[in-house]
Amino acid sequence: MNAPTGWNKAEQAQVVASRLAPGSVINLGVGMPVSVAAAITAEQQIVFHCENGLIGYRALEENEPVDPDIIDAAILPIQVIEGAAVVDLMTSFMVARGGRLDATILGAFQVAANGDIANWSGAVGRVAGVGGAMDLAVGAKTVIAMLKHTDREGNPKIVERCTLPLTAVGCVNLIVTDLAVIRVTDAGLVVEEMAPGLTREALIAATGATLDFA
Amino acid sequence: MGLRSKVKASPTEALAGLEDGMTLHVGGWGGIGVPDILIRAIAASGIRGLTISTNNCGMGRPGDVGELFAAGCVKKVLTTFPVHASGVQFKERLDAGEVELEIVPQGTLAERLRAAGAGLGGFYTPTSVGTPLAEGKETRVINGREYVLEMPLHADFAIIRAVQADTFGNLRFRYANRGFNPVMAQAGKVTIVQADEVVQPGAFNPDDVHLPGIFVDRIVVTGAQQ
Repeated sequence: MNAPTGWNKAEQAQVVASRLAPGSVINLGVGMPVSVAAAITAEQQIVFHCENGLIGYRALEENEPVDPDIIDAAILPIQVIEGAAVVDLMTSFMVARGGRLDATILGAFQVAANGDIANWSGAVGRVAGVGGAMDLAVGAKTVIAMLKHTDREGNPKIVERCTLPLTAVGCVNLIVTDLAVIRVTDAGLVVEEMAPGLTREALIAATGATLDFA
Repeated sequence: MGLRSKVKASPTEALAGLEDGMTLHVGGWGGIGVPDILIRAIAASGIRGLTISTNNCGMGRPGDVGELFAAGCVKKVLTTFPVHASGVQFKERLDAGEVELEIVPQGTLAERLRAAGAGLGGFYTPTSVGTPLAEGKETRVINGREYVLEMPLHADFAIIRAVQADTFGNLRFRYANRGFNPVMAQAGKVTIVQADEVVQPGAFNPDDVHLPGIFVDRIVVTGAQQ
C-alpha cells in the first residue's frame, strides 16, 4: 500500500483559508501559517494582523518590489492593504490578548486531544523562541493549529497529551494538517475532512490520539 | 526661543553615563527598527555586565544586537525570540555559559515595558498560564480565569530607532520599524534615539507625532539634519 501523500503546502494553506469567515481578523504565526496570506480570496476581505503592529496586509504579488519595513511574523516581505493601520507592539498585543482576533493560526510541534499546544520548544531544555505565540493562543477567539500530521521520523504530532513544553493550555479549536481537518471538542477529536485518497485506517495509524469521524 | 535641542554630536556623547552592570532596552523587531549605530558604539566601548531587553538576539546583520554579545557586553538577556539561524554571536556566548537567558512572551515583554513607563507595579496576564514560563510566579483567579503576575521592566538606558525626529525628540516611525521602539523609550530612565533624519520643532503636525519628545532624552542623527 502506498502511503497517502496528503495535501501539499499550498493546498493545505487553501484548506485553512477556506475555514476563515469573511471579514475576520486573523493572525498568522511563524512557519507554515504565514503561507495562508497568499491563499485567501479578495472576496473574503480578511484583515491580517501581525505582532509587529501591521494591521491589514497581504501577500506580495509576483515580482512586486519589496519594502524592507513591511514584514510578517516570519520576517518575510509583505505589503499593506488599503485601509491598513500601523501600531506599536504594546497596542498590537492589545489586539491579541484583548479579544480582537477572530482567529490565530499557529504552527505546532504537538497538539493534544485536550486542545493543549506545544509550539515553541522542540525539546525540553533546548534554547527556543516563544515570540508572541503564548499571547496569541490565549487571546484569539479561535486557535487553529496548522502543522504536518507527523514529524520527520513519522511520529504523530497529534497526541493524547503533549510531552513538549506547552505554549498554552486547552486553547486549540481546529487542527489542519497535510492529511486532515480535525475539530477539538469536549468529547475529543473529530475528523471533519480528509485529504483525497486517504483512508480512515491510514489517518488513525498516523495519529497519536483517538479520532472520531463526523 | 524654541524648545531645547537634545541632539548630541556623537553616539559616544549620547551614551554618556552608560556603565558596567546597567540595564538596557534595545529597540527593534525582526531586524528592522534597530539602533545599529548606538549598538556599535556600545560594543566598541568595552562596557561589561549589561542586562538587556530585546525582541531578538541578532540575525547576523551589521549593527544588530548580536554585536553586543560578540563584544562581551551582555551578562543577561530578556528576549522573546533569541534563535535565528544567522544569530551565531548570541548562541556562542550562551553555549559558553557567559550569558543568562530569560525567555519572555512577546506580549508580556511589551506590557512589562508599558507597566514600567506607565508607573504601574505590575499586572496579571493570562499569557503563559500552565506553561514553563509561569513556573514560580504568583497566579490569581480573576472572574473565573487564571492569570500570572508580571512585573514592570525598567531600564537605566533605552536605545531606540526612529525614521524622523525633531530636535526636541518628537518621533515618527515607518511601518513595522515602530515595533518595540515607543514602549521601550517610555520604559527607559535615559532614552536615546537614533534618528535617520532630524528636523526643527514644528515640522511635524502635533497630530502626526508617533512618540512625544518628552519620552526622549538624547538624539543621535545618522542622516540629514535640517
